[in-house]
Amino acid sequence: MTIVYVPGDSAARSIGADEVAALIAAHAAKAGIDIELRRNGSRGALWLETLVEVDNGNGRFAYGPVTPADVDSLFANNFLNAGTHPLSLGKTESIEWLATQDRVTFSRVGIIEPLSLSQYEAHGGLAGLRTALTHPDVVGEVLASGLRGRGGAGFPAGIKWRTVLEAAGDQKYVVCNADEGDSGTFADRMLMEGDPFTLIEGMAIAGIAVGATYGYIYIRSEYPSAIEVMNKAIEVGRLAGLLGKNILGSDKSFDLEVRAGAGSYVCGEETAMLESLEGKRGMVRPKPPLPAISGLFGKPTVINNVLTLASVPAIMKDGSKSYQDRGIDRSRGTQVFQLAGNIARGGIVETGFGISLSEMITRFGGGTLTGHPVKAVQVGGPLGAYLSADQLDVALDYESLAEAGAMLGHGGIVVFDQSVNMLQQARFAMEFCAAESCGKCTPCRIGAVRGVEVIDRIIAGEEREKNIELLNDLCDLMTEGSLCAMGGLTPLPVRSALVHFPLEEVSK
Amino acid sequence: MKYLTWTDEAALEVVREHAEKPGPMLLTLQALQERFGYVETSLLPSIAKVLNVSRAEVHGVLTYYSDFRTTPPASRQIHLCVAEACQALGVRDVVKELAAAGYEVGERSKDGATDVVGVYCLGNCALGPAALVDGNLCGRVSAKSLVAQVTS
Repeated sequence: MTIVYVPGDSAARSIGADEVAALIAAHAAKAGIDIELRRNGSRGALWLETLVEVDNGNGRFAYGPVTPADVDSLFANNFLNAGTHPLSLGKTESIEWLATQDRVTFSRVGIIEPLSLSQYEAHGGLAGLRTALTHPDVVGEVLASGLRGRGGAGFPAGIKWRTVLEAAGDQKYVVCNADEGDSGTFADRMLMEGDPFTLIEGMAIAGIAVGATYGYIYIRSEYPSAIEVMNKAIEVGRLAGLLGKNILGSDKSFDLEVRAGAGSYVCGEETAMLESLEGKRGMVRPKPPLPAISGLFGKPTVINNVLTLASVPAIMKDGSKSYQDRGIDRSRGTQVFQLAGNIARGGIVETGFGISLSEMITRFGGGTLTGHPVKAVQVGGPLGAYLSADQLDVALDYESLAEAGAMLGHGGIVVFDQSVNMLQQARFAMEFCAAESCGKCTPCRIGAVRGVEVIDRIIAGEEREKNIELLNDLCDLMTEGSLCAMGGLTPLPVRSALVHFPLEEVSK
Repeated sequence: MKYLTWTDEAALEVVREHAEKPGPMLLTLQALQERFGYVETSLLPSIAKVLNVSRAEVHGVLTYYSDFRTTPPASRQIHLCVAEACQALGVRDVVKELAAAGYEVGERSKDGATDVVGVYCLGNCALGPAALVDGNLCGRVSAKSLVAQVTS
C-alpha cells in the first residue's frame, strides 16, 4: 500500500500540517484510493514544512512546502505515484540540504513514526541498549567517545558518569534536562516529538552505566506536545519491557517519568532544575557539592541534556571510535545546530563540528528570510554573544567560539538582518536576566535591574561615555560574582552588542 | 479549555492525590491549575497542612513560577513568544500592533475574552514569530492572524 507521510511535529503543525493531512486522507477516501497515512516526526527542514512524502515501494519522494491549497493539485499530478508537481523535491534522501548533513543523533527523526517501537527497532533502535546490557565498561566507552554535554557547558559526559558510578549511594538517579529555554533552539523538542525512544534508550543506558534505577525528564511547560509524546512513549516502553523491572529480559531495572516545568528559564540550570524537581522554587544551589555526588533528593545524579543522552545509543551501537572519528580537536562527534530567526532555510543541521558560521548561514541557511544582508548573529541562546557580519568566519566548535569571545551553548544560531538595533538587544539581555533571575545571588538579581537602567540612560543619550564605563563595571561584577551562568553570562550578549557594532539611536 | 469550578473540597482531593509523590508541591499546584484553571490562594493553609510544609513554602512556589495563576483565566489564551529569534522576525512590531488592537501583552484583552501572555521561546524559532493559541503552536503569526484566531 502507498504510504503518505505528513509530519506530526508541532512546528509542522504550526503552519498547517494537520489540515494537509486531513485533506489528503479525505481526498484519498473520496477517490477510493487506499493509502496509509503516517504522522512522522519532522526531517528538520522546517523551511520545507509541510514536507509531504510518498512511498509507493520505490523509496520516499518529497513535496514541499505543501499548503492545504496544494492538496488537490498534488492528487491531480498523481503524487501518490511520485508524479511531478511544482513542489516536487525528488527523493527525500537526495535533497541536498539533508543529504549533506551527518545525522547521528537525529538519524531517525522524521523517518519513523515516533511511537512505533517496531519502526524504531527496524531503524537501529535498541541495539545500543542491548550492547550496554552486556558491556563490561559502558562508562569507559562513553568516555572514549569524547561526548561532551550538549546542553551548553560542554562538560565531558563520561567524566560525569564516572563520578556518579564511583559515588556511594543506595539510590542514584538519571535526570534529563529538557528545559530547552534558549531562544533559537528546538532540537530537544524535535527529538522528543520525533524519536522519543532514543531518549528513553539513552537514559536507560545511563542508568545501567552508573547504577541508577530511576530517571526524570524535566520538560518545560512551553512544550506541551513533547510532554505528551514522551509520556506516551514511556507507556509503550513499559508495556514492551524496555522500562521497568528486568529491562529487555536482563537483570537490570530502570524506569522513568516526565515532570513538567512551570515557566522558569533558570530551571534549565542543573541545580535549579533539581530544586524544581523536588517541588521547590527553582533557586540555584551553590556547587560543591556536585550533583554527581549529591544531586536529586541528595542522591548521586547524572544530569545530561536531551541531545547528550540521545547520542549515547549510537555510541554504544557503533562504538566510541565511530563517534570519535567525527568532529575536530576536542569537539568530537556531531553537533545538532539549529538555524533560526531571520533565516531563509531554517531548521536542524546536524553535522561534524568545525563548519564555519558563514557556511552554515549561507550554504544551509540560504541567507536571511527577508533577503536583506545579515547584520548580527547570536550563537548559543540569550546568554550567547552577538557576532557581527565580519566575524562569521569563525568555526563552530567549542574552542574556536570561545576564542572569538562567544560560546556554542545548545547550538542555536539566531540570524538578524539590518533592521535589528543592537542597543535594544543589549537592553533585552539585561531585561531577560532581570525577569528570569532566580534571585539567589545579588550580582544577578540586582545587577540585571541596574543594567536595564544604565542602558536606558545610554539610549536616552545621558552622559554616554560615563554610563558605558559604568555598564562595563557592572558587567565585570556580574561575570565574576554570579552564582551561575544566568548572571555570569548575561554580560556576553550585552558587551558584544556594544563592542562589535556601532552605537545607534533607538527609535521610539 | 474547559475547567471545573473551584471548590475547596474538590481541590483538596487533588492535593491528597499527589501528596505521596516525591517532591510533590510543584506537581500538586500544576494539577490544581490543570483542573481548575488557577489556584485559589485561600486554600494555601490547607495545602501546606496536607503536604506537611509551611504556608510560606507553598506561597513561595506558587509565586515563583510564571505559569501559575491565582485568578480564573479568560476563555482564550495567547502565549506570544517575545524572545530573540522571534524578535529577529519582527515580534516587537507584533506586540505594538496587538496593543493597538486591544490586546496588550501581559494583560487581559479589552473585550475581556483573551489573556495575552508574553513568553520566552516556544521552540518554533525557524518559523517565527510563534505563539501558542489555547495551547496549540502557531508559526509565522501576525497581530492580525492572532486576533482573527481568538475571535473566530
